[in-house]
Amino acid sequence: MSGERGSAEHIEYVLRLADNALVLGQRLAEWCGHGPVLEEDIALTNIALDLIGQARLLLDHAGRLEGKGRGEDELAFLREVPDFRNATLAELPNSGVASAGAAGGDYGVTIVRNLLFGAYQVELWQALAKSADAELAAIAAKSLKEARYHLRHAADWTIRLADGTEESRARIERALATLWPYTHELFATDRVEQAVARHGIGVESASLRAGWLAALAPIAAEAMLALPPDTGFCSTGKLGRHSEHLGFLLAEMQSLHRQHPGATW
Amino acid sequence: MAQTEWPLWEVFIRSKQGLEHKHCGSLHAADAKQAVQMARDVYTRRQEGVSIWVVPSSAITASDPDDKAELFDPAADKIYRHPTFYELPDEVKHM
Repeated sequence: MSGERGSAEHIEYVLRLADNALVLGQRLAEWCGHGPVLEEDIALTNIALDLIGQARLLLDHAGRLEGKGRGEDELAFLREVPDFRNATLAELPNSGVASAGAAGGDYGVTIVRNLLFGAYQVELWQALAKSADAELAAIAAKSLKEARYHLRHAADWTIRLADGTEESRARIERALATLWPYTHELFATDRVEQAVARHGIGVESASLRAGWLAALAPIAAEAMLALPPDTGFCSTGKLGRHSEHLGFLLAEMQSLHRQHPGATW
Repeated sequence: MAQTEWPLWEVFIRSKQGLEHKHCGSLHAADAKQAVQMARDVYTRRQEGVSIWVVPSSAITASDPDDKAELFDPAADKIYRHPTFYELPDEVKHM
């Protein structure tokens, strides 16, 4: 790719996409070796690896747009909490918000988050496949196929668990109610998005919400779930103001690189 | 006893080059649809295939290992069943 520098908004926008994928990929990777059954353990790890793959391409791209010599490793492992631009939804613990800190994860929370985020990514990558930024368009086209599978996996489990036992249904309902308010941020358009949308590089995320809701509707209907009402709550992860959970995630993710800078294997 | 384990499925994968589906392993899944999805994750993550079949393991009838002697041993000394004794004409290529 060319060494063309990007505007501050362009870099910021690509970092948001990258950090969403990186942080959720890291969260999902926590399930590795702890999945409810072997088959699901592998499925979730595959999804985590897809997301980390997306993050690598996007971070590399962001680093080049920035033009300060930072590559994927510097961006992933040497930035601090306020530098991260992922939506808060991605960083919430697998155990959910209410029982944060509890050992292990809640599969209902994991699946519902993947459903909400997967449906969002499908809409997003579809739109960005037409980006004026050719590299971003190529990453979007590749990632769209992955996101479609992630959505399918999450939708399938949402329906099964909602239609399962009393406990599994209660967990899915609880997860949906807990996570829903954090989806507002995914569609909160700000000046960064307006700037990249003006140049055909990105999209105003508010424009994705109708498609997102339309994708969720048949899944919710089959699972006999009511989508929760919207509230005024809007988290601020993509502005760099994060929940208390991101620091712990980064500490684990970054510790190896910080102890052994430039380590490879 | 209540059934707490998902049923077992046999997984067959057709590789990019292959014409036939080959048995590659088994997995537990709640139903056929889920078995295909899980087979995708468990058995095709390193580009092993382009098509998946799953079959309930219970639907497979297997030969009895105790019958091994009468089923398979008689073939051992019928060496003439192998096509190794024919002289191939030079015109026949790719054999």
